Amino acid sequence: MSFWEYANPQKFMQLSRRVLPFVAVAAGLCLVIGLVWGFFFTPDDYKQGSTVKIFYLHVPAAMMAINAWVMMLVTSLVWLIRRHHVSALAAKAAAPVGLIFTVIALITGALWGQPMWGTWWEWDPRLTSFLILALFYLGYIALWQAIDDPDTAADLTSVLCIVGSVFALLSRYAVNFWNQGLHQGASLSLDKEENVADVFWYPALLCIAGFVLLFVTLVLLRTRTEIRARRLGALLARERRG
Amino acid sequence: MMPDLGKYAGAVLGSYAATIGLIVLLVAVSLWRSAKTKAALAEVEARQGKDNG
Amino acid sequence: MIALLLRDMRLAVRAGGGFGLGLAFFLLVAVLVPLGVGPESATLAKIAPGILWVGALLACLLSLDRIFALDFEDGSLDLLATAPIPLEGAVAVKALAHWAVTGLPLTLAAPVLGILLNLPQAGYGWLVISLALGTPALSVIGAFGAALTVGLKRGGLLLSLLVLPLYVPTLIFGAEVVKRGAEGMATATPLALLAGITAGAAAMLPFAAAAAIRINLR
Repeated sequence: MSFWEYANPQKFMQLSRRVLPFVAVAAGLCLVIGLVWGFFFTPDDYKQGSTVKIFYLHVPAAMMAINAWVMMLVTSLVWLIRRHHVSALAAKAAAPVGLIFTVIALITGALWGQPMWGTWWEWDPRLTSFLILALFYLGYIALWQAIDDPDTAADLTSVLCIVGSVFALLSRYAVNFWNQGLHQGASLSLDKEENVADVFWYPALLCIAGFVLLFVTLVLLRTRTEIRARRLGALLARERRG
Repeated sequence: MMPDLGKYAGAVLGSYAATIGLIVLLVAVSLWRSAKTKAALAEVEARQGKDNG
Repeated sequence: MIALLLRDMRLAVRAGGGFGLGLAFFLLVAVLVPLGVGPESATLAKIAPGILWVGALLACLLSLDRIFALDFEDGSLDLLATAPIPLEGAVAVKALAHWAVTGLPLTLAAPVLGILLNLPQAGYGWLVISLALGTPALSVIGAFGAALTVGLKRGGLLLSLLVLPLYVPTLIFGAEVVKRGAEGMATATPLALLAGITAGAAAMLPFAAAAAIRINLR
């Protein structure tokens, strides 16, 4: 029994049908508990006041926005190398989710920046990179939609995803070079746990888990939809041929 | 019950509202597409099953 | 391959498409920006490097879809794909031809437009150098985008959406060179990075572009 068995659409459908409810419930629980905990039962930060509560949304969304692209890169590579359709469709399914997470990170960042930096938008390296990341997602989704033949679309978007990853990384460093940012280092963000008091850390951890699970849930659900859509297209094509 | 958000209430509530709104929208669209595709596929499968005997 | 290069350049010049159009567009940008921003020479001098680079980039973008579209329509792209020369090489040559008819004239015309935008004295040399080093990257990246969208009927807008994010690093380093040069600062770092991007793109992207063309021709 190897991992690649689940690349068979039928196997994938069976497994995902069994797993999906559990993941969905776990995602909902983590998100609700984490957000309620973070919103109602954590103290304000002495410097940032209540805006620290925005981080329970901002940090997980930003993390997943990047991880979603990484996941798309991996599944694209799997598709190009091993030609498993499920892999390509999973990449397609993940892209809109990643885009929405990127937008969430941008919006919450802007709302946080308004009182903290005194401006909605600052051409700060991280904000700028996220904006560029959103553009990459848009291009990727647009390319999927523009091409009719599903296999051609999967191939071309995979190539775009790989090249895009290289250029996204390049842009990240280019933007860093272009403007040294306002973004604080690890001391206030949640990159390093020892810098964050436990009262903030535990709900944040739950929220991160919630976003990860939410991503998994949505990707599973959307991949199932894509597989069905694919089968539907094939059946209809057969019908037309008579 | 509502915690005191001080002068940043707008920013905090706005963030939560925007995030939850977007996530709900995404989930709703995903579910809706899933249901639609599922129904369409079931319909076609049933029809073709009949045709082929 | 040289024959292919000459053929592409001749076609581009004769068809009138990219060649004159890109330059005219570049000129228009340089004329319109002062009209929009106002004639204060200090402001213009400050934004000139960025405007010139963005203008060059957009002018490059205009003619990208012609790199492969015409050959795709009349079937010569199929011939190229099965020709004895590797398709990767053909892609590189076509990108080079595109550069020769758009990037090169833009580079040569840029100093003239720099006068219009009141670019500081020290910036002219750096402007030409950075464009000469950076526009090949624009052509190669553009060739990749064009290869992705070659089979599509209305690929033009999609092509811009795909290619513009890829242009970000080139634009940043290119404009940075001119900005620093104009202010009399050291330009070695961005210049080296710009050259690195061009070299890397020219080395790798023809392979990706050729792969995309093969997929599209399937």
